[in-house]
Amino acid sequence: MSALLTVEGLTAGYGPVEVLRGIDLTVDDGEIVVVLGANGAGKTTTLRALSGMIPARGSVTLAGRSLLGRRPDQVVRLGVSHVPQGRGTITDLTVHENLLLGAYTRSDPEIDEDLERWYTVFPRLAERRDQTAGSMSGGEQQMLAIARALMSRPRLLLLDEPSLGLAPLVTEELFRSLVQINREQGTSVLVVEQNANLALDVGSRGYVLETGRIVVSGTSSELRADEAVRKAYLGY
Amino acid sequence: MGELLQFFFLGLGRGAIYATLAIALVIIYRATGLLNFAQGQMAMFSTYIVWAFWSAGVPLWPAILLGMVASFVLGALVERLLIRPVGGTGENPLPVVIVTIGLFLALGALAPWIWGLEAKPFPLLFGSGSVTVLDASIDYQTLGLLVMLGVEVLALWLLFQRTKLGLAMRGVASNAESSALVGVPVGTMLMIGWGLSAAFGTLAGVSVANLGIDPNLMLGPLIYAFAAATLGGFDSPVGAVVGGLIVGVVTELLAHYVEPIGNDLKLLPAFVLILVVLLVRPQGLFGHLHARRV
Repeated sequence: MSALLTVEGLTAGYGPVEVLRGIDLTVDDGEIVVVLGANGAGKTTTLRALSGMIPARGSVTLAGRSLLGRRPDQVVRLGVSHVPQGRGTITDLTVHENLLLGAYTRSDPEIDEDLERWYTVFPRLAERRDQTAGSMSGGEQQMLAIARALMSRPRLLLLDEPSLGLAPLVTEELFRSLVQINREQGTSVLVVEQNANLALDVGSRGYVLETGRIVVSGTSSELRADEAVRKAYLGY
Repeated sequence: MGELLQFFFLGLGRGAIYATLAIALVIIYRATGLLNFAQGQMAMFSTYIVWAFWSAGVPLWPAILLGMVASFVLGALVERLLIRPVGGTGENPLPVVIVTIGLFLALGALAPWIWGLEAKPFPLLFGSGSVTVLDASIDYQTLGLLVMLGVEVLALWLLFQRTKLGLAMRGVASNAESSALVGVPVGTMLMIGWGLSAAFGTLAGVSVANLGIDPNLMLGPLIYAFAAATLGGFDSPVGAVVGGLIVGVVTELLAHYVEPIGNDLKLLPAFVLILVVLLVRPQGLFGHLHARRV
């Protein structure tokens, strides 16, 4: 497999505060990769830097094309879709309009087909099609956020804490859907997640971030076997 | 009966003007989530531009169209050069509100500097005739404005509900960050929103311009337009029209039938109306409450 996303020496922060201090990571075509780390380690900042929401330095390429220095809407056009923390629901639009807006970058005739696909994968969204998105439950909004991101047909999906605020059963259902999407569509996924157990179940590899640096990386089973990782993030 | 109807028609005529300006306020609100206190002054400025074309020999409606195009460009530039540097979207509205107040003052000073203080003559948009209905007369101007409002509302409904551009503009107003993350160029959408609002504001200016264009042209109408948009709901063009007509009719009737109000205190009912709506039904007659789970 070849690397879809290659990140080298990524540094970024907010104003004078440097949060990321040189991060290297790769995501292969069709792979699910997990980023673990404590609060404040820089997980969200990493995703925000990748999608152009904050300025960053270093090198980030997607299939050979540089992403740095571009606005978020330009990064989307290159094939990266970012589901922000807190789901980023466009609250005043209906569920259907949220999904339609997700296809903003497209003008091909298959948009309707994709709408039907995500309504099939997430039947709850189909039921609430004409409901204002802001009035849905947290789990439904997270499904909507993922479906909306997928409407742009990204090559890489960035997910920031998809389980945040969701009941365990809802989270499990969500991750099952993610694996299904990854297998059927071949969409690569870079997921930041607090629920390390679940994330390592679906991911093939992972990175552990501490204070803006990657301290451990490896396959999911290697990370499970690492005693420090187990104690800090898996809780046994 | 004839007298009551007469004042009702007068009120409709005034209300149609308020409604036109309220529509411009609604466009900005729908496109950016913001209130624009300079909306009236921008419309005043646009009206001078139309006047410049018209007095240079361009026929009335082509001059208005040219003025709308010029206003679109100016509105977009205002967004790019004045609004965006201080925040641009509704997440922290305070700096932007202050800038629109600054713009209010600046345009009020700039207009007389360019065009002088002397009022400029301008024709009625729809001629000076009238038709008689049940002993009362309703003039062509009022009828024409009502038709124009209908066309405006239809055009905006089609834009916001039936086009990708309109969907993107609503998306940006609701959640700019998430809209950017699905590929919407947020800055461009905000510029278009300001441009559209300035262009539609032109129609409000030229609707009252037959009284003579001066730098204070829109000061009164702006207050009534705010009352109209509050009553109708800030996110609804239909609400702006209904609200504008109600405000026009109510203030006109009160001015004529309630002695102490008269012409001097006409603004008072508008202000009371804003307060009452905010207390009783803050989203207005046709507006939507923003549902938000946290």
